[in-house]
Amino acid sequence: MLQVNNISKVFNPGTVNEVHALNEVSLNLPDGGFVCVLGTNGSGKSTLLNAVAGSFLVDSGKILVDDVDITRWPEHKRADFIGRVFQNPFTGTAPNMSIQENLALATRRGKSRGLGWGLPKNLIDEFKLRVTPLQMSLEDRLGNPIGKLSGGQRQALTLLMATWLKPKLLLLDEHTAALDPKTAAKVIELTEEVIRRDHITTLMVTHSMQQAVNLGNRVIMMHKGRIAYDFGEDEKRRMKVNDLLALFDELRRKDQIDNSVAELVAANYI
Amino acid sequence: MTLLLGSITIGLILAMLALGIFISFRIFDFPDITAEGSFTFGAAISAALIIAGVNPLLATLTSFVGGGLAGMVTGILHTCFKINSLLSGILVMTALYSVNLHTMGRSNLPLLSETTIFTWFDKLAVKFSGEGKLTMVLGWEVPAKDLWILLFCLIMVVMVSLLLWWFFRTRLGTAMRATGDNAQMIRALGVNTKLMIIAGVALSNAFIAVAGSLLAQYQGFADVQMGIGMLVWGLASVIIGEALISENSLGLVITGAVIGSVLFRLLVAIALRWGMNPIDLKLITALFVLLALILPGFMKNTKKIRLTSK
Repeated sequence: MLQVNNISKVFNPGTVNEVHALNEVSLNLPDGGFVCVLGTNGSGKSTLLNAVAGSFLVDSGKILVDDVDITRWPEHKRADFIGRVFQNPFTGTAPNMSIQENLALATRRGKSRGLGWGLPKNLIDEFKLRVTPLQMSLEDRLGNPIGKLSGGQRQALTLLMATWLKPKLLLLDEHTAALDPKTAAKVIELTEEVIRRDHITTLMVTHSMQQAVNLGNRVIMMHKGRIAYDFGEDEKRRMKVNDLLALFDELRRKDQIDNSVAELVAANYI
Repeated sequence: MTLLLGSITIGLILAMLALGIFISFRIFDFPDITAEGSFTFGAAISAALIIAGVNPLLATLTSFVGGGLAGMVTGILHTCFKINSLLSGILVMTALYSVNLHTMGRSNLPLLSETTIFTWFDKLAVKFSGEGKLTMVLGWEVPAKDLWILLFCLIMVVMVSLLLWWFFRTRLGTAMRATGDNAQMIRALGVNTKLMIIAGVALSNAFIAVAGSLLAQYQGFADVQMGIGMLVWGLASVIIGEALISENSLGLVITGAVIGSVLFRLLVAIALRWGMNPIDLKLITALFVLLALILPGFMKNTKKIRLTSK
């Protein structure tokens, strides 16, 4: 389904702020796969997601979806088959437009827009039907601007919008990180439900070890722009939160050794 | 009273300008300065074509297209070459000054002896009301003809507003509004936001050019300086409209912009009548917009202080 071959990305090349955000990353995701991506801050996990989504073009390597090379495709064209939920609840919805207008926009993802009426009557009934199961009592407030809603409500709606038309690939970028624990649990529950129901291939970046252990059928851990660990379904089943924490510690210790060696070398030779 | 009718008529003509500014500033959140150039551009195109004997309606439509092209250039500079939106507008506006002079051939073109849209309106008005007849409006005697011309302008503006209202509620128009509201979101839903911005700025300037074209035809001349200050003028209209209508609904906001334009023109006419020096007009317009921009924030602050002092 998704094939990422040796992609690299350097931000601000040639300046003091040069960052090797992705370093020859390869990843192969079969149809219906659900991968959790873990990693420290700045490890490149969100960058990987954004590279697939097309927020920027990669410096080298290839990205293929269903054997179609989309490496040079612009972001909006990739949206034809990619659904996205962002970390910031404000990013996924248009705040000054009503809930129903936001949803109506999502019903045309990847389709031509044209001069048809933006908000036909029959759509509103369908919105009600699909918003009710969120249990956020939004069904009677469809005409309200979405900016007045809470972060959790906006994230739940963004998820609904991203999956309104079944995407080939769903990209979730720490989509519960900005929510309180209770709301986060609710959004995760909705996420799991829709992914299971529609068999959507998913790439989910998360900070939460617990989510990584509970969800999906594969875990990858990124570090310094590379995939440091990759655990398949069998390994993942036996995995505990503590195992993941231990791996994080290991990576951190390696970093410290690197740094202290560098200091040692610097002190002795420079 | 005749002065009043004239002011309202000009206010309605400039409502086209307000609608254009509304599209760029409010819907797309794009501070587009091209307006000052495209307003004159519209007047220049129509004046030159009308003098060359072209049908005035066709001349006005050509202004629409010309303004659209100017806006398109601004949009392309901003989206494809990543030039700051203000600077893109300034570049095109400056370039348009020369283009306008070339279009007109000189700095001022009189249209008084030509057939314009308003000549047609005049003829129609005379047909309806009879030559030189007076009617009573609110106890004043006014030429019936002026009243008819006012009515024609009103019908025109209402039709354009309805068209705009309809357009921004179609799927394409909704996507355009979303582009101004949250570009990242609508890109993730498969919309080419660059194309939307280019189209939006083009549409805005097309309306502004039509306003210039109509004003030139109404006042009987096109002048290369006539666009100066028009941006702030349009913005003032939009702001008055928003103050009158505190609601977010699209139809009301469009209505607000039109009413704001007429009100602002009336305010100016009254101020001039009371002896305001016309030289100060632009200064006072700018001060007015400045006040409208800072007052809401200022009032919020004083409210906060009052609350905390309690």
